[in-house]
Amino acid sequence: MTYDERLQQVAVLGAAGKMGSGILLLTAVEMADISLKPENKGKTFVLNAIDLSDEGLAGLMDYLRAQVLKIAEKKTIQLRQLYADRTDLIENYDIIDQYVNDVLKLVRPTTAMETAYHANLVFEAVTENKALKVKILKQIDEHNPNKPWVFTNTSSVPIHLIESEAGLNGRVLGFHFYNPPAVQKLVELIVTKSTDPQMNQFALDYAKALRKVVVPSNDIAGFIGNGHFMRDAIYGINQALELAGDRPLPEAIYMVNKVSQDFLVRPMGIFQLIDYVGIDVVQFIMKVMNPHMQDEDLHSDLLDQMIALSVKGGQMSSGAQKDGFLKYEKGFITAVYDPTQKAYISLESFSGKCDQKLGELPENYKPWKAAVRIADKDSHFIPYFEAMKLSDGFGAKLAVKYGKNSDAIGRKLVSDGVANNHNDVNTVMLTGFFHAYGPVNNYFA
Amino acid sequence: MTAGYNTISMGTGRKEFNPKKERPGIEHYISEAGKGVVKQIGDAAKIDETVIGNFMAARFNKQAHLGGFAALVDDQLENKPSLSVEGACASGGLSLISAMRSVLSESADVVLSLGVEVQNTVKAIYGADILAGAGWFKNRKTGHAYFFPGQFSDRAGVYYEKYGYDYARNGMKQWFVNAMEHARLDPDAQENHNTNPDLAGSYDKMKPNGKAFVEHLNVLDCSKVSDGASGIIVASEQGLQKLGIAKSQAVEIAGWAQVTRNITKDPIDPVELTTIKKAAEQALAKAGITIDQVATVETHDCFSIAGLLAVEALGLAEKGKGAEYVAAGNTARNGAMPMNTTGGLIGWGHPTGATGVHQAVTIWQQLTGNAGQAQLNLPADRPYGLTINMGGDDVTVVAIVYKRG
Repeated sequence: MTYDERLQQVAVLGAAGKMGSGILLLTAVEMADISLKPENKGKTFVLNAIDLSDEGLAGLMDYLRAQVLKIAEKKTIQLRQLYADRTDLIENYDIIDQYVNDVLKLVRPTTAMETAYHANLVFEAVTENKALKVKILKQIDEHNPNKPWVFTNTSSVPIHLIESEAGLNGRVLGFHFYNPPAVQKLVELIVTKSTDPQMNQFALDYAKALRKVVVPSNDIAGFIGNGHFMRDAIYGINQALELAGDRPLPEAIYMVNKVSQDFLVRPMGIFQLIDYVGIDVVQFIMKVMNPHMQDEDLHSDLLDQMIALSVKGGQMSSGAQKDGFLKYEKGFITAVYDPTQKAYISLESFSGKCDQKLGELPENYKPWKAAVRIADKDSHFIPYFEAMKLSDGFGAKLAVKYGKNSDAIGRKLVSDGVANNHNDVNTVMLTGFFHAYGPVNNYFA
Repeated sequence: MTAGYNTISMGTGRKEFNPKKERPGIEHYISEAGKGVVKQIGDAAKIDETVIGNFMAARFNKQAHLGGFAALVDDQLENKPSLSVEGACASGGLSLISAMRSVLSESADVVLSLGVEVQNTVKAIYGADILAGAGWFKNRKTGHAYFFPGQFSDRAGVYYEKYGYDYARNGMKQWFVNAMEHARLDPDAQENHNTNPDLAGSYDKMKPNGKAFVEHLNVLDCSKVSDGASGIIVASEQGLQKLGIAKSQAVEIAGWAQVTRNITKDPIDPVELTTIKKAAEQALAKAGITIDQVATVETHDCFSIAGLLAVEALGLAEKGKGAEYVAAGNTARNGAMPMNTTGGLIGWGHPTGATGVHQAVTIWQQLTGNAGQAQLNLPADRPYGLTINMGGDDVTVVAIVYKRG
């Protein structure tokens, strides 16, 4: 089966979800582009968008239309060539309309799982729950005569477990997009010992067509991205709990968040990142990963406590941030949650005091937005962190410790055999988490 | 002509421009520009007629029949003649010509000539469709997604081939730098807020890329997408007296020409703006002067290459020498022939249907000492100004010679 033939019958499971909708969008566009090639004229292409939620599927089609329209508007120059022989399509308006139509007509939104029984390729993006994934994939595979290839978007479940439990012998690999898939360049690719090499090659070709950066990760729970993030989160949480010995927890959370964002020049502080991903999702991923970890405990009572209080973070369907550890107003952090008082404490009441305790940033500080654009990262970050190491400031000392720990996590991912090399770890953090510099560096030595 | 007024040229570049927020409609711009003129003449009752130049409100704003908006300027214009005229990006020039014809036919002594366009209603990719209406629709299918940039990119490509890429780009770069520096002197200019300390460097960095835009031009070579309007009074001598405006506050129309070529044919020579050449020659001849007597020119630089080709068409430089002439600084405000002294279409902005009137307002400002920070120190022996307003790919051209009053 050729690349084009493989993409003639595709199903996305969990298509209305945050990840599923992005995967669906990218796949629909890729399939449409293939279907429009002269040699594929007259062939049928079907993309089943499967989800349990009717409401979600209705919203999905709105999302798809809007996104495909944007994509079409960006590549109109190429589309005019693609439709050169269509004499009825003259203006950009006509061309763009036709393309949107040509993409959307491939997509069949449905709640019926049975539609995946004809698929050659299945993208799985359902809830991060191994039992559920296995159950669905097994059912599909048993009823599908095509022996479909399965690309799972799991960010934490070991692929070989899905493979063996769903009976997918050699026909499943991890193709882990970052959120949101339509924007983020990174894909973690995870194969098992028995993965069909042809499927691996297809995955690379498909990633290339989508202009994704592929980082291979070995099949160890959490892979590279969550392998770093979850440990980094545990460190940040523990750091805050330690600081809370001398001050209320909200102040400690504020300080650690600020150290991890401003002092370490990251796009978000660690507590904001946990909120962004969702406290419940973070808790869940840790739960999935923890049984596979040796000599460490990826678990946080504080996360459990927050979930018990129904403070979960995550995002609204509009993309706006829900309140979690931090409270957000128009994109700005305005307060920090206090689990003992079960209330948000306004930043105004304590941020001045905390900022003073943390002390100044080094003079050569550049905010993340500027620093991320610097081509020669060492030229900025070596002197920046040198200055930080020489500082007696409380915040500077916390940041150096934090940076050292992040570096150690990165190195451990290689020594544990999750990543093949330090460069892969850094690529994941640079492209998947938008860090301005890779965690494995010599800045904090 | 007297009592010129420009609204701000609104669009990308202006700090207050936010494409996501609702903005004033076309009626606002007509009204503001008209009121700005009326304020200077004191009494709208003295206006006999209104002409509004506009290109594509019917598509940008789903609004035709613009003549009906004259009364928004002032109640006194109700029940008086008012009409709109269209000749693509030369619509503003046609508004002036139409006003002049009314005055010359003695059917009016005082005509309010306006020009307006509100383009930021659609994304650039759709705006390109709308503006492509200035060409022949039968060529649209084979044309570029960005149709007009595509047309002038083709001209630029031939220019590069004939005279050398670096040589040409150097001249175009200087044209762009002048446009930005001149725009910084006019608070109404779209690029007035431009603070880029290294304009030439930015230009060099942005190489033309056919995959993202057109093959031979980058976006800095292009005029702006603008919302704006301009207005000016066209009056007979008697009309001027009626208004009580001193001749020193007016400019005399010394000569003018309007030339139109066949829209269904390709340009005869891709590296010559032949229609501009003819129109300018005729206008100068009518004024009885040569280009050497002109102190400043406003030319239709919808693209930097059009600026260079206009320099050649006006006879300021020989064919192929326009790039050199511009690169040497001759068209900068302190050069031998200051051109587009408030930034032109690339720096001031290009509200298409308004541009012809805007050019007249700029020349009026310069010749009457009303140009503010952009004011030139004009030589006494060159009391003339010239405007070149072009519609389509050198199809409709309006050339006007102005003399200090």
